[in-house]
Amino acid sequence: MMQHEKKHEKLIMDGHEVARALTRIAHEILERNKGVKGLALVGIRTGGVHLAHRLAKRIQSIEGGTVPIGDLDITLYRDDLALRKDQPVIRKTAIPFNISDLKVVLVDDVLFTGRTIRAAMDGLIDLGRPAEIQLAVLVDRGHRQLPIKATYIGKNIPTSRDENVQVFLEEEGEEDRVVILNGGAP
Amino acid sequence: MSLKQKDLTTIATLTPDEIMLILETADSFKEVSGREIKKVPALRGKTVVNFFFEPSTRTRTSFELAAKRLSADVINFSPSSSSVVKGETLLDTARNIEAMQADIIVLRHQAAGAAETLARGVKSSVINAGDGWHEHPTQALLDLFTMREKHPTFKGLTVAIVGDIAHSRVARSNIYALTKMGAEVRAVGPPTMIPAFLDRLGATVHYDMDEALRGVDVIMMLRLQLERQGRALFPTIREYSRLYGLTADRVRLANAGAMIMHPGPINRGVEIAPDVADSFSSVILDQVTNGVAVRMAVLYLLAGAN
Repeated sequence: MMQHEKKHEKLIMDGHEVARALTRIAHEILERNKGVKGLALVGIRTGGVHLAHRLAKRIQSIEGGTVPIGDLDITLYRDDLALRKDQPVIRKTAIPFNISDLKVVLVDDVLFTGRTIRAAMDGLIDLGRPAEIQLAVLVDRGHRQLPIKATYIGKNIPTSRDENVQVFLEEEGEEDRVVILNGGAP
Repeated sequence: MSLKQKDLTTIATLTPDEIMLILETADSFKEVSGREIKKVPALRGKTVVNFFFEPSTRTRTSFELAAKRLSADVINFSPSSSSVVKGETLLDTARNIEAMQADIIVLRHQAAGAAETLARGVKSSVINAGDGWHEHPTQALLDLFTMREKHPTFKGLTVAIVGDIAHSRVARSNIYALTKMGAEVRAVGPPTMIPAFLDRLGATVHYDMDEALRGVDVIMMLRLQLERQGRALFPTIREYSRLYGLTADRVRLANAGAMIMHPGPINRGVEIAPDVADSFSSVILDQVTNGVAVRMAVLYLLAGAN
């Protein structure tokens, strides 16, 4: 893993832009769902979990009330498990509430092929029957391989397939920013 | 990261990191067993064959549930209903099972080394579910998992294993695993049931149970194999029970809140008093619950090593 060796890094969103995008998404979620009633946020591990917490904080400060938050690990639902040599590390799914009949907003950092979201929806439905599943992403970079579309998007970024979009967040000890790294996936 | 080895036949070849990987993976799988829909698609399309030459309810059911919760297909073989009664060898039977594209074979056999022999002869992954007096790796892993729920680090943990150490595959696997993780292990039992050179495995030997229980965090009782009576290992069950049975009075000698474990099936009133087996400190049924999660972890990690 040598991806940080002087690789060309292009800044797409700085910390302020990330913050503004999240604030706008929080408003859009409230507008579309007419408040926080019956609403839940579920972050996809790991980037999505931090973003879900940030969104919940914003939603609560705008509207009051509390929004339940859960963490979803999609590893067991990946469609490439049988193809890989190394089993990916499984983290814990922690959704401490019943999602049935809730409007669940899935939160992820980057929307790319759509395969992660497919896995996340299967994972969610194994836990109950949500009234609705919506999708919030910080970045939509295109190149979908499945018919999946985000409900809320922080920023659309046109990319080529071999570019690598990375979201860095303070929760992981980085400065908030979104960048494109050239030279393929890490 | 996944296990580098194809099979799990012994704890002896696992590194402390690999043991931690299994325990941490099991931690995630425990959540699945608590769901309303206790199933994830991780091993969809894989076939797990349970191949049990000895009677077992707990272990076989546990492996079967673990495989099913991962969406694998499970087949149960027992020698009485298979060609083994017609004289087919273990390896030949296994090769036939393998020819039907079995991915993982779970073997329980009365001969020590049976799992290792099988593992060398077939391409499928082999999991040792108990081979004679040798090892029972998944039992040790679920025991460690259960200890870790209360004691997050093994360093500084003191565990007494009490009973027929010499004939116990559970004891052997636990001694390997616990000493690797830095725990202190005291082997307790009558001299006839303590094997020679146990100190080479890093365990200390104690013949006086009361003395050995002082200051321990975990008391692991082993089943007295009643079928061994009359082989000059112990004079009477009553005497054994008086000297090495776990009573409420003896539990008080250990550290406050010491965990009481038993791999099952228990002989109530022989190696463990009924009130102790059912007490608040007893984690005997937690061990069974955790067994499914640990076996899911092992199946998942080995499926990646193929």
